[in-house]
Order: sequence, then C-alpha cells, then structure tokens
Amino acid sequence: MAKEKAIIRSDISRFRWTLLEMKKNWVGYLMVMPFFLLFFIFTVVPVVLSIMLSFTTFNMLELPQFVQMDNYIRLILDDDIFLIAIKNTMIFAAITGPGSYLLSLFFAWFINELRPKIRAIVTLFFYAPSISGNIYLIFTILFNGDQYGIVNAYAMKFGFISKPILFFADKNWIPTLVIVVALWTSLGSSFLMFIAGFQGINQELYEAGAVDGVRNRWQELWFITLPTMRPQLMLGAILAITQSFGFGAVITALAGFPSPDYCAHTIMHHLEDYGGTRFEMGYASAIATILFFMMIGANLLVNKVLRKVGS
Amino acid sequence: MDIKTIIDKYKAYRDKRIAKKGPNTFKRSVTRSAGGDVGIFIILGIVAVIMVLPMVYAIVQSLKPLDELWVFPPRFFVVNPTLKNFTDLFRLMGSSWVPFSRYIFNTVLISVVGTLGNVIFSSYAAYAIAKIKFPGRKFLFSIIVYSLMFNATVTSITNFITMSLLGWVDTYLAIIVPAFCTTFGLYLMKQFMETNVTDAVLESARLEGANENLIFWKIAMPMVKPAWITLLMLSFQGLWNTGANMYIYSEQLKTFNYAISQIVTAGVARAGVGSASMVVMMIVPITVFIITQSNVIQTMSTSGMKE
Repeated sequence: MAKEKAIIRSDISRFRWTLLEMKKNWVGYLMVMPFFLLFFIFTVVPVVLSIMLSFTTFNMLELPQFVQMDNYIRLILDDDIFLIAIKNTMIFAAITGPGSYLLSLFFAWFINELRPKIRAIVTLFFYAPSISGNIYLIFTILFNGDQYGIVNAYAMKFGFISKPILFFADKNWIPTLVIVVALWTSLGSSFLMFIAGFQGINQELYEAGAVDGVRNRWQELWFITLPTMRPQLMLGAILAITQSFGFGAVITALAGFPSPDYCAHTIMHHLEDYGGTRFEMGYASAIATILFFMMIGANLLVNKVLRKVGS
Repeated sequence: MDIKTIIDKYKAYRDKRIAKKGPNTFKRSVTRSAGGDVGIFIILGIVAVIMVLPMVYAIVQSLKPLDELWVFPPRFFVVNPTLKNFTDLFRLMGSSWVPFSRYIFNTVLISVVGTLGNVIFSSYAAYAIAKIKFPGRKFLFSIIVYSLMFNATVTSITNFITMSLLGWVDTYLAIIVPAFCTTFGLYLMKQFMETNVTDAVLESARLEGANENLIFWKIAMPMVKPAWITLLMLSFQGLWNTGANMYIYSEQLKTFNYAISQIVTAGVARAGVGSASMVVMMIVPITVFIITQSNVIQTMSTSGMKE
C-alpha cells in the first residue's frame, strides 16, 4: 500500500495528488459536515466575529460603527469594575485551576489503591458533586446567614463566633466560600480521566521499576506513573484551566449578581452585564475577546511548561 | 487504639492476604509501606466524607418535617422523616403559574434531543477524522484541540447575535442545536476510534463493497460502544443541568434546573421543598453515571493528548 502511494506521489504534483485523495475520500467530508457546519456557526464564527465587533459599537439595532481601539481603552482606563473583574477572575482561576487539577490527580491516585468495588463507590462520591445539577445551592442552606444555618449554629455553640455571620452577603467570606464550592464541584472529566489513566498503566513497568530500585510509592509516581500518564496530564490541564475560567454561574447562584461590593465579580459577569443586559455588543465583544486570549494564553503557557517537565 | 496498632493490624492483615492470594492482591507491596496505605485510607475517608456530606445534608433536609427544619439549635440528622416536602414539591408543580411538569418536559426534551444529536454528529465526524484519510482532517482536529482551550462564555455574545439572525431566540433550538457539536465529545470519540477500531476490519468491509455509512453503523459504532455511552452520559448530564439561559425569555420554555434555583433562592419558607427539588434534580445524572461508570472509565483511558 505505502509503496504504491509513494509511486503515485512521485509521478504527479502534490496538488494533483491532494485533489485525487479528496475525490477518493469525498465521503469523509460528507460525514464531518453536519458537525463542522454547526461547529463553525456556533464556535469558530463567533470567536472571529467577536474579535471584529470588539473594534465597533453595536447595539443590535443600528449597524456596527468602527471605533478603533475605543472599547479596549475604555475597558482599561475608565472601567474600574472591569479591573476588579480581571483581578477576581485571575484569582479564582489561579486557585481553582491548579487546585482542581491537583485534587483530581492525587485523589485519583489514592482511589487507585482501593479494590475495584470500593473504588467504584468512592469514585462516585468524588464525581457526584460535579454532575448533580445545582446541588451546590445546598451551601446556601448549610451557610445560612441566621442561627438556623447549621454552620453558624455549630460555630456559635463552640464559641468561635458570638453572633451569626451572613456568609453569602459578606464580602470577606464570599470569595473563599465560592472557591471552596467551585473546588467541590470541580472533580469532573479530568478526574475520571486520571482514574482511567492510573488503571491503564502496564503493571510490568512497575515490576521493572522495582528491579531498578524504586523503593516507595512517591518514587513510583514520579519516575514511572506520571511520565506514562503524560497524555492524560496534558489534556487534564487544558480541561482544568478552561473550567477554572467558567465558574460564573456558581458564583451568581451563591452570591447574587452583582455580588456585594463586586467582591466576586468576574469577567464572565461583566460580559453578561454589558451583553445580556445593556446590549452594548461591541463593548461586550471586547470583554469576550480579552477573556478568549486569557484562556488561550493560560493554556499555551501551561502546556509549554508541562512539555518541559518530562524531558 | 493508637495509629501504631492500626498500622500493625493492617500489616498483619495484608501479609495474611498476600500469603493466601499471592502478591498481586495488594499492588506491588514492595513499594507500598503499610503506614502509607493506612495514611491514604484515612485521608481518602475524611475527604470522601467532606465531598458527600453536603449531598447527604440535602437528602436529610428534604426528609425533615417543618418543625425540624426550624428547630434551634439545628440538628444535622432527621428524627421523624417525612415525604411531605416531596409531595409539597409536586403540589407546587401543579399550582405554579407555569405548570411544573412543563419545566420537566422542557428539560427532558432538551436533554434527550440534544444528547442524541450530539452523539450522532460527533460520532460521524470522529469516524471520518479517525478512519477516512481525507486531506484536511488533521487541520480540522487541530481546531478542535484549540477550541478545548476556551469555554462557551467567549462565544455567548456573538452567538446571541447569530441566534437572533436565525430567529431562534426564545426557542428550544437555541439550546439544542449548539449542543450537537461539543468539542470534547468529538475529541473523546476520535481518540477512542483511533485505538479501538481496527483498520483491517474496515478494509475487508470496504473490499466487500460496504459503503462508509454502513461500516460506520455496523462495524465502527459497535466497536466503540463504551465511547458513545460515555458521550451519552456526559452530554446528558450537561444538558440536564441547563439552567437560566440568555436566549430564553418565556417562562414556559425555561428548564427544571432554573425553576429549582428559583424555589431555593426564593427564600427560607421553602427550605424543605428546595432541598427536595435538589434531590430530585441530582437523582437522574447520578443514576445515569452509576449505570455507565465502567464504560466511562474505559473510554477515558484513551482520551489523553498524544503529542
């Protein structure tokens, strides 16, 4: 087969060859078309359009007007709340991203030590919060602001506080609690992937490692398991980073929108404010564009670092 | 009993089992100190409790009668469990301005149609990219990998414009159709097809004159059953959890999740009913996961990023 192809390619130009291949495999295009048609309409075009619209003012009624860098200048120089949003987004992402990644990795590692049946149950315990709808709202009941809230009641009983704390109305408490809840719900697909990764490692590698002088589980993790799991680690990082920028809905549900003193106001909220409420689409597009480059930037950076770790 | 005796007891138990069932019973006991094992079990136990406790609390809370919900000091556990909150929830469902059954219908419709579309569209595309050698497939896949790097927030503004141009604002289509093309779905399917569908089988089917559509349904899809079951689960739970949405205004088109959030945040008066609705809401995705768990793990093992 390969030989035959090589002969064909030397006979004709690369362009002709590509055309022939395209013709021969036309059914492939037919099969990817439904997916990619929608994918272009709902993902690729929006990103490109959003970058273009970010240089205009657009209110959905009149045609967009080109305003150069005005939106960006306004965002950075005039919009104090946007700067708060950037700061909050970065703090949330910097904690929940690595946090959920490490939690997923280490607990997958721990769970892998268990016997299959118990493993399945414990996996469910860790994974359930991430799929159970808006179960995180239970935290508003656990951390209820009056003395009927169970956390307040116990804290008062043991004398930590003298009067109930209005947890989700207090700007000193909201960021911490929101991060805790976000982490609680963050053991998702990458967690399952790590569990699968640990299970899929060839046992012979460990035996060879033991012969080569691997003496404890940390050495085993570092020298054998993690290098073998590189593909999972890379994808897991991407999923964790992308997820860490997207906890806006959890924040809105817990702390309200806008949150007290904008203490948990993220870029996503700012986007919703200008896009969904005020219909300043050009300005909102500029916000979306900044968020887009932040996510891609964070991903490429981490990807680059992770590539270096193994080599 | 102090920690030392626990470790010693565990070590004795472990040695006994290894003697009985061979060294593979406990993985590589050379590298596993008994103390470390016990430490891991303890950490795992504590954190597992922390993870489960809020959910248990939701269940307990949903079973409490009114007087126990407002007892002071509050108790964690329920003394006289009752199903009244659930019956109240269903009564409320019947009497709210938009019948509650409508919210459930909306969520079920969105979840089922969206999931089926997602599985079919993603599988077709994944099969073609993994197994048909058409020029441009690598480029398409690299776009997919890049689009894993940002989330839907980025596209929400321009999608809103697209939806209004299409006239889909305030219809089910605005939620269902974009759900057909999730990048993670295509990614998972493609990775799994690549390793689990053997080219030799495909070639012989092609030689016998089967067309690609037939091969896809009769050969490829049965071979990647764990993958599409996983996609089914992921897609379903994502759509089941659809909440407030900027494309939907009409009350009668809103979802179950949205309605529940309204009940819970509406205030303390409905604390019990709110918990009951959270329980109803979480039963479905958890059940789906329990049924599909082994398939999911199998699929995830091929999902990593090859360089």
